[in-house]
Amino acid sequence: MDMAFLVEKLGLTVRCGGDRLDREVSGGYAGDLLSNVMAGSKSGDVWVTCQAHQNIVAVSVLKEHAGIILTQGREPDKNTIERASQEGIPLLVTELSGFEIAGRIYNLLHP
Amino acid sequence: MTQGCECSFPVEGENFDEAGKVSVEIKKMLKKIDIPDDVVRRAAIATYESEVNIISYAIQGTVNLQVTRDHILIDIQDTGPGISNIEQAMEQGYSTANDHIREMGFGAGMGLFNIKNCSDTFEISSEEGKGTHLKILINR
Ligand SMILES: Nc1ncnc2c1ncn2[C@@H]1O[C@H](COP(=O)(O)OP(=O)(O)OP(=O)(O)O)[C@@H](O)[C@H]1O
Ligand SMILES: [Mg+2]
Repeated sequence: MDMAFLVEKLGLTVRCGGDRLDREVSGGYAGDLLSNVMAGSKSGDVWVTCQAHQNIVAVSVLKEHAGIILTQGREPDKNTIERASQEGIPLLVTELSGFEIAGRIYNLLHP
Repeated sequence: MTQGCECSFPVEGENFDEAGKVSVEIKKMLKKIDIPDDVVRRAAIATYESEVNIISYAIQGTVNLQVTRDHILIDIQDTGPGISNIEQAMEQGYSTANDHIREMGFGAGMGLFNIKNCSDTFEISSEEGKGTHLKILINR
């Protein structure tokens, strides 16, 4: 399953990294505390968070996430989009809550 | 340079815009010289948490990276307030982060614990009013 599949199935809006949606999604991680995400997430995870500032990009680069989904209509800061574009990290947004989007991703990963 | 290297990176306190810059750079360097994935992953986490702590709590700091045939040594020193009770600071969940820091998603009190977890040998020393010194050793 790649990021493009998630975008289509979940109706996510792409804010950047549209050319990198071929990234493979092997799992997911939900969290807003960065050191928790650093410790717990895995490479290939799609990260679900409500943090919209640019520090999330370094976390995703370091953990080699497949992409970041911002929940509840949060919009990424301008710097966040710039940095994510530079690093080739897909940045997506949804109106759904973290709970709802994580549940749907889980169902897609474990049909 | 397939075997080793030694380099040094400055980190400026309070500059959250740059948080992660040094760790991302170090991670990319380590990947280039064929360090095993798990070792790179642990070095990246440990460097990131140390870098963020300098930015959050200290005035200025330096990350020194030394790669030898057998290990990766990440040596981090800062000129900051120091840590008065290291044992307490190492506890999961203990944090003195202010609201500004917490709003950005830092301040879970997990950083030092994560660093220790990622190290094969971890040493921390600190002097109040002077600064903090971390030595993180990861076997290759
Ligand atoms: N370099 C430092 N200088 C001064 N105090 C520090 C330093 N590093 C850590 N501390 C102190 O130790 C506490 C615990 O640090 P730790 O990195 O474990 O958690 P945190 O930074 O509070 O939260 P998190 O890392 O989960 O975002 C900090 O809140 C701070 O009081
Ligand atoms: Mg910390």
